[in-house]
Amino acid sequence: MQAVIAVILGIFGTAFFGLLFQWVDRLVTARIQWRKGPPIYQPLADILKLLGKETVVSERASVGWFLLAPVLGFTGVCVAACILWAALLNPQPDSGFVGDLIVVVYFLIFPSLALILGASASGNPYAAVGASREMKLVIAYELPFILAMVPPILKANLSLKLTDIVQAQSDGVTLASVGGFLAFLCMLAAVQAKLGVVPFDQAEAETELTGGAIVEYSGPALAMIRLTRGMLLFLLPLFVITVFWGGVHFSGWGWLTSPLKFIVLLVVIVLMRNTSPRLRIDQAMRFFWFIVGPIAVAAAFISVYHHGML
Amino acid sequence: MSVVERMKLWGLKKSPWVYHLNTGACNNCDIEILELLTPRFDVERLGVLLAPSPRHADALLVTGICTKQARPRLQEIYRQTPKPCLVVCIGACACTGGIFHDGWHFDGPVDEAIREVDPDAMIIYIPGCPPKPEAMIATIAKALGDL
Repeated sequence: MQAVIAVILGIFGTAFFGLLFQWVDRLVTARIQWRKGPPIYQPLADILKLLGKETVVSERASVGWFLLAPVLGFTGVCVAACILWAALLNPQPDSGFVGDLIVVVYFLIFPSLALILGASASGNPYAAVGASREMKLVIAYELPFILAMVPPILKANLSLKLTDIVQAQSDGVTLASVGGFLAFLCMLAAVQAKLGVVPFDQAEAETELTGGAIVEYSGPALAMIRLTRGMLLFLLPLFVITVFWGGVHFSGWGWLTSPLKFIVLLVVIVLMRNTSPRLRIDQAMRFFWFIVGPIAVAAAFISVYHHGML
Repeated sequence: MSVVERMKLWGLKKSPWVYHLNTGACNNCDIEILELLTPRFDVERLGVLLAPSPRHADALLVTGICTKQARPRLQEIYRQTPKPCLVVCIGACACTGGIFHDGWHFDGPVDEAIREVDPDAMIIYIPGCPPKPEAMIATIAKALGDL
């Protein structure tokens, strides 16, 4: 029963909050630019409209892979969402195994891989450039992203279970330690790149690649890609909160603090997106390898020292 | 009308993404289109977004007389746009040819070029040289209301 609830909430709840977050993102962007912004149902209207449209597939495209890629990305996000919600709904450490940190990290790479696959299969030169940029970006941000998990894992006594990580933070969140905070900052940069928003939207780059990786998609396939994006916009903050910020609680003060954590993370993402220009792909790689990467390594060493393992 | 069709139509009315296509305009209508996206008019509040590729578009905003060079490209772009899609002829030139209707390079007007590809195309006309952004918003709103 618990599993069924987790799956239903994981998919529909994440989709609902994802679309809501997409609306908040667009509204805040509009307000920053002194515009009025779209109404609350806008992301839903976009999805419904795209579902009702024709799917055009290019002659040179490899049809099967082209249409399968958005489904793969969507599936990955759904599975990651279910695992996270299951850990949320049943935080007792003795609950059965539903998947740990490593599984979630794997499934969170799915949307990027699916984007690369779909773009390469589309037969469009712009999409090919977009795919190669997305590939470089994944290579650049995955290492800091995974290294940033070291402090939370150490805090949970080398346990990779999400429930253990949340439980270990009941006497103080990972974010509060020096190593944890540095890792959290690295995580924020990686989240920005995972979401594919400015300054790391090189793969799409509307102004130079006219949509890049998603240029050939239309109709339901594009709807699925947009829904995946929306779900990620909710899921990645949820993941960061679970790993670094004590998780989400629905009792007492939890009703107030849990939404607040989401709002803070979303505001950071939206503000970064609106106040920075797009980096060139080589600048983005240099940023992740030579700035974020060393900080993540330092964070890992600091927390190893802190936990007395050095 | 079934529920599914009604939802599709609602989506189409509430989120028309536009693709901007110049088929030989003097750039004046294009400037007025860009006005639409600025904070003063902000068409995003009506769900309108500027699509980077015709694949994502629901409406083609066509400006300019259809020149001999532009005609096959206009037709190809119309074919590449997923249906249902609207064609919006913006400005006197796109609607009729305007003062260039005698020009040697004139091969339009736009609606004829589109009808050659698809006789049932949904075409909207916004006359003016250039039309005001308010006129464009009013016309597109009326057209979407009539869908």
